[in-house]
Amino acid sequence: MVQFIIRRLIAMLLTLFAISFVAFAIIQLPPGDYLTSYIASLAATGDQVDPRVIENLRAQYGLGEPYLVQYWKWLAGILQGNFGSSFEWKRPVTELIWGRLGNSILVEGLAVIVMWFIALPIGIYAAVRKYSLGDYLATVAGFIGLAVPNFLFALILMYLAYTWFGTTLGGLFSPEFETARWSLPRIWDFFAHAWAPVLVLATGGTAELIRILRANLLDELKKPYVVTARAKGLPEWKVILKYPVRLALNPLISTIGWLLPALVSGSVIVSVVMNLPTAGPMLLRSLTTQDMYLAGAIILLLSVLTVIGTLISDILLALIDPRIRYGAK
Amino acid sequence: MPQTPMAAKPLLTINDMSIVFSSPDEADIEAVRQVDLTLTPGKTLALVGESGCGKSVTARAVLRLLDRNAKIPSGKILYDTGAGPVDIARLNSDSLAMRAIRGAEISMIFQEPMSSLSPVHTIGDQIDEIIVLHDRLNKKQARERTISLLDQVGVPGARDRANAYPFELSGGLRQRAMIAMALACTPKLLIADEPTTALDVTTQAQILDLLRQLQDDFGMAMLFITHDLGVVAEIADEIAVMYLGDVVEQGDVYEVFRAPKHPYTQALMNSVPRLMRKAERQRLTPIKGTVPSPKDRPNGCAFTSRCPHAFGPCAEIRPQRTMVSTGHTARCHLLTHEKAEAFA
Amino acid sequence: MAVQSMEQIVPVAVPRRTARESQFGLMWRRFRQHKLALVSLWIVAVFYLIAILAEFLAPVDPSDYSARYTYAPPQGLNFVAQNEDGSWHFGPYVYAYKTEIDPVALRRTFVLDETKRLPVHFFTESEPYRLAGFIPMSIKFMGVENPRDPFYILGADRLGRDLLSRLIHGTRISLSIGLAGVTLSLFFGVVIGGFAGFYGGWFDGAVMRTVEFIRSMPTIPLWLGLAAAMPKDWSALQTYFAITIILSLIGWTELARVVRGRFLSLRTEDFVTAAQLDGASDWRIVTRHMVPSFTSHIIAAATLAIPGMILAETALSFLGLGLQAPIVSWGTLLQDAQNIRTLATAPWLLAPGLCVVVVILALNFFGDGLRDAADPHGR
Repeated sequence: MVQFIIRRLIAMLLTLFAISFVAFAIIQLPPGDYLTSYIASLAATGDQVDPRVIENLRAQYGLGEPYLVQYWKWLAGILQGNFGSSFEWKRPVTELIWGRLGNSILVEGLAVIVMWFIALPIGIYAAVRKYSLGDYLATVAGFIGLAVPNFLFALILMYLAYTWFGTTLGGLFSPEFETARWSLPRIWDFFAHAWAPVLVLATGGTAELIRILRANLLDELKKPYVVTARAKGLPEWKVILKYPVRLALNPLISTIGWLLPALVSGSVIVSVVMNLPTAGPMLLRSLTTQDMYLAGAIILLLSVLTVIGTLISDILLALIDPRIRYGAK
Repeated sequence: MPQTPMAAKPLLTINDMSIVFSSPDEADIEAVRQVDLTLTPGKTLALVGESGCGKSVTARAVLRLLDRNAKIPSGKILYDTGAGPVDIARLNSDSLAMRAIRGAEISMIFQEPMSSLSPVHTIGDQIDEIIVLHDRLNKKQARERTISLLDQVGVPGARDRANAYPFELSGGLRQRAMIAMALACTPKLLIADEPTTALDVTTQAQILDLLRQLQDDFGMAMLFITHDLGVVAEIADEIAVMYLGDVVEQGDVYEVFRAPKHPYTQALMNSVPRLMRKAERQRLTPIKGTVPSPKDRPNGCAFTSRCPHAFGPCAEIRPQRTMVSTGHTARCHLLTHEKAEAFA
Repeated sequence: MAVQSMEQIVPVAVPRRTARESQFGLMWRRFRQHKLALVSLWIVAVFYLIAILAEFLAPVDPSDYSARYTYAPPQGLNFVAQNEDGSWHFGPYVYAYKTEIDPVALRRTFVLDETKRLPVHFFTESEPYRLAGFIPMSIKFMGVENPRDPFYILGADRLGRDLLSRLIHGTRISLSIGLAGVTLSLFFGVVIGGFAGFYGGWFDGAVMRTVEFIRSMPTIPLWLGLAAAMPKDWSALQTYFAITIILSLIGWTELARVVRGRFLSLRTEDFVTAAQLDGASDWRIVTRHMVPSFTSHIIAAATLAIPGMILAETALSFLGLGLQAPIVSWGTLLQDAQNIRTLATAPWLLAPGLCVVVVILALNFFGDGLRDAADPHGR
């Protein structure tokens, strides 16, 4: 098990390294370098540009030096917790992103939990009562969940809430709780706001999870060990929950590997639509204003988040499946 | 029919049982028709036949482990609980009464020890479960019993092996674990569904030995399903030969082997190789043709289409059970129409 | 030395009609049994037809605006009406608008004027235009008698542009970008996945790691980052192609995986070994023996990849980093629906969303049907 985790950790480090490279490439993509834009933005506001400041910055980012040197300086900075600074906000990137990223993690984490809570009972029901009315309903709902893009679902939900109840869904906090410390009222306020985006984010994944769980479980239900469990005299529900469901969960957990990237992707766009104070809208804004160090940092951190989530799911899978833990087939 | 004269009271009596499979787009299929079997404590009944003849279905019906689309429209499965007989055929398959019989009174071992054990639970956990369920012991006591059971069925290092997962054990050990599980609550009847088919020959012999020895120790009745006549000779006291849902011949294993009366039993015997010098060897006589699908089964004797002696009534009239000698019966028109063109 | 040309009797080979069926014939036969997939095929076909005939079908130019009719509600298309004298009117018509002032918000709103019918004609004369950019035409599929009368079957947007016409033109862009993106992805996928699957070894390892890496990244941030780097002064066509390339930068991975998997499983098949023993070259084995046996799978996989492309384009354009106005796509159209208050007054702006859902569903069912038909034992 320890060996397994170490192997996965090494693989993750390599992936992180590759991600940082991609993020840096994106930072470098727009024509012109950071400093030119910075000077331009300062000049636009009529500020005097101190040549010494510029010289310092040039040295700090290694501008004008070879690509790899620049990359190295950027990476070294990140390892010391310095993501560069945002020229739009005129503040270090680190100060800007953590709160936003925290909200992202919160919303996406909740979405994962909600996804599982909805998908598990429905998927089990659909498989055990194959071709029943409930099964057909689940299948149809699943297809619709798959075909309606997140942001469209968000729009429709907001439209319905607005026309029927006159409320505007969106945001994660009421203004008075925006910057308050966590407290019971704030948690309440958070859930009163967060249910909608969490629900929206969870739909696509839920549909997919139900589909996979149903297919897996149908396969597992045919296996002889289910008969063995029945022959023991266990009640039917216990037979199903303890054996085939347990086995059908394994491939389901490994789906987190691609569910998570999709979820993070979806949350960017849903956050924009529903005006959530997460990393998504900030990324969009930084990209449209070409505030590249901020954008690069967000892309980097969102990807890192995904990779860590995948790692957790891998470890979880190994924990519940001895066959993987022991490296057997 | 006094099949076992002077013997103990029968434990399980299957009377005139039929099993029907229904599917939404096809006509119903009668997979087993009017089967009578009797199981007695301490004795082994071997149910023999080719694959698809209904022997596994019959066995599963006893535990009501059939799929949802299978029904037992007629017949009885009378199980003697000690406090009077219970008709298993009329119990609800997920009812409390049925579940109290399953695993505790009647248990079963299966053909594929690998796929019949859950791959993600340890052997010990899977055996503990049944003990906790029926004998209401706590986890710790259950594990002690599990270890002694594993020891009893010849799993070396039982204490450690209890923590092993099925994929860590060999096929033979897995089947031993399976047997330990089946015996965990000292059942009165053990159903063994081709328990040695998936094993290699030496392991096969060991498992058969083990089963025989355990039967001596526990005194349980055994329903042994196989297609291998060699295995039958080794383990069975009685035999019932099935063909396409019919029990064509049944009785004491020596009687039947010595003087098979039904042409199918005879053919089956002739297709088994015997150990002889090369010069003395005879060509095996395989049974002509193939087993028809249950849909095309004749109304009369199921074997009609392949029987070398088929005549007048065979295709249309179902032969009655005819007593050949004490405890030996067969369903064949040849036995009642002696004067017809018998054995021409 | 003259070569004696000899009159040869060439036996005329009469092609025998035997009961052989091509791979695609078989596939089609299996596909047809899939009712849902068959219906989906028709839906997809209709949408692509609309995309091709966009200029002909769209009543007006998508960028024609009219300040008089901002956010005019859908007129719908009616066929039967009762005249004032009690007689019946048959034939397509729409109602004209009348304006009312909302007494509370003091806002001008449009209401359909049910007393005034504007008959609709098919195959009406129009300004000359070029269908698909090169066929000169001057007939539109339908229009109102007087081109000055309002004709907004699906309503109008913020600038009084006809939503139906914009939707039809958006269909062309969104569907074609899906197709172009998949074609490009397919090219990369087949070449890279093919090499990896056929030769294996370190190249295979490297490709598979790359594929896994790309698939473990959240796509939208990545796409956004790439799309943001597009110079603002690029022409519509340049952006269009740039977006296609950006989409396929990630899209090729799935197809490469499928192709590689097929190659790997085929490489050990007996008929490939037989061809190798016969001394066939690698190229011949690949093109003559392996590719034909999985073309149908690739087509199915490619079909199933189109919805993802369409969704991605829609998402990017919706966020304002994909295609830019004046290009009309479903994504750019949905941008107008981003504001919830606007949406509340003009819910018809969500119509492009409905198109997205229908096309995505249809393409998914169609692709599923193709996959099942290509491989009846696959599932």
